[in-house]
Amino acid sequence: MQATYTLRVPLSPDPSSPAVAVEGLVMRYGDKVAVDGLSLNVARHTITAVLGPNGAGKTTTLETCEGYRSPHRGTVRVLGLDPARRRRDLLPRIGVMLQSGGAWSGVRAVEMLRHIAALHAEPLDVPMLVERLGLGECGRTPYRRLSGGQQQRLALAMAVVGRPELVFVDEPTAGMDPQARRTTWDLLEELRADGVTIVLTTHYMDEAERLADQIHVIDHGRLIASGTPIELTRGSGTSTIRLVVTEPFPADAPSSLSAALGPLTDVQPINEHSLLITGPADASTLAKISAWCEHHGVLPESLTLGQRTLEDVFLQITGRELTT
Amino acid sequence: MRAISRGTFTPRPGSAPLSRQVLAQARMETRLLLRNGEQVLLAVVIPLIVLVGGIVAAKKVDLEFSHSAVDTLTPGVLALAVMSTSFTSLAIATGFERRYGVLKRLGSSPLPRSGLLAGKVGALLFVEALQVLVIGIVAGALGWTWNPSAAGLLGLLGCILLGTAAFASLGLFLAGVLRAEATLAAANLVYLLLMAGGAVVFPTTTYGSFGSVLAWLPSGALGNGMRTVFLDSAFPALPLLVLAAWAVLGTILTARTFKWE
Repeated sequence: MQATYTLRVPLSPDPSSPAVAVEGLVMRYGDKVAVDGLSLNVARHTITAVLGPNGAGKTTTLETCEGYRSPHRGTVRVLGLDPARRRRDLLPRIGVMLQSGGAWSGVRAVEMLRHIAALHAEPLDVPMLVERLGLGECGRTPYRRLSGGQQQRLALAMAVVGRPELVFVDEPTAGMDPQARRTTWDLLEELRADGVTIVLTTHYMDEAERLADQIHVIDHGRLIASGTPIELTRGSGTSTIRLVVTEPFPADAPSSLSAALGPLTDVQPINEHSLLITGPADASTLAKISAWCEHHGVLPESLTLGQRTLEDVFLQITGRELTT
Repeated sequence: MRAISRGTFTPRPGSAPLSRQVLAQARMETRLLLRNGEQVLLAVVIPLIVLVGGIVAAKKVDLEFSHSAVDTLTPGVLALAVMSTSFTSLAIATGFERRYGVLKRLGSSPLPRSGLLAGKVGALLFVEALQVLVIGIVAGALGWTWNPSAAGLLGLLGCILLGTAAFASLGLFLAGVLRAEATLAAANLVYLLLMAGGAVVFPTTTYGSFGSVLAWLPSGALGNGMRTVFLDSAFPALPLLVLAAWAVLGTILTARTFKWE
């Protein structure tokens, strides 16, 4: 007999409204402010990356959108619903990938996926998903013996198996090998093409640049930049120069180099041996850098020209590197 | 590069009917309970050792019961089996579910908390039915007999349901406030203490004047309830009331303190 599904949830009435709307969100743990007046929107059918270093408030924001926590201040709407108060209406429509854990230690990989599928009305075909994510070879392996990358791919499969409208994925490829990362990225891109909205947190620049339609850069619980990857990397100058030297720079190096290069360039210290120069990377700039080095008696170890990356953007805004 | 839309992942969100979710959860939990070697030891092997050992010991030391040793001990061993599953196994399993983020993950699935609880209870009752079957067969082979009356059958059902409710709520209380390792240790310790001194296996009368106190413990109440059912073929009203009171207390404690993460 054909099973009947009575609890099908109607799709959102207004497809132009944002999938996620966060307005003035404040979250605290005791005295510590994890999210500090954050506002951001996520458009439907896009991949949106929330980018920031560890401890920036990414996971807290995500878990508030998933209804695990209530905002201390501000409002959060997910698919038009208040995730804390309308959680039961919202949960069938969203997929959640936690950063770690989420399965019994003795459960087999495919068994776990089948279980989550059984809680949904019209789940995806489990064998198809297992094959797509390369989980076939470890399908009967107990969860505790899966590699970190396998556990993450299983968690992603669990997030999408219920055919959600919106998926939250928390650091989907942290610690994955390149092959598994590509498999994961391909799946996320195909989900978007089929009309699923994806919100992902990451501290990998290349992941955000490759996948995201929109990037929100957050640090210390605040939104510090938003835009498409191209908008964010275009910025004031189109090029960057990384100057690495053999001996530590003199203390006033950034300001004196900046003065030597003129107002069109920006000089940021990365560490005591390297500087990031943003601006026109033309012959005149390079000549000025060489002259400055000679004048200050510093020996360049390397001088790298490149396009401005998200890494550089983050460094320019915060004065810190993203990945450290 | 944009992926080509093929419609494989086109959203079709929705929950399965609650009954199907609960059944899936109960089946999953049952499989995991039975897969775990220590749990099977706790659920079946230890009660059987207590039964056989108790009969042998009673013979050796000339322990005086009002009924034969197997008739006296089997109801208590059944009570022990219910206690081991609904208290110790449940507490340990739930403690580790908290630790490994299983409860958190299920918390964002369509399965509501009530459905999770119902699934757990379903798994417990299924495992307990298996335990009763195995223990009943072994006890029968050792000469155990029972002529069930309507009151006795109703009483047995009441003992299993209310005993499970009382011990499960206390087990969840433990698992909800302690870390997983502490839950493991505490649940086993309490089990051992109640097995030895909680009037589960041996009638409260064997504990002398202390026995009247033990009758108010969930362990003593469940043991006495089972003995009333099997030895007297009667309905154990007072023990069931005591178990119901413990179930209410355990539920309130759990509801007030349980942490899902």
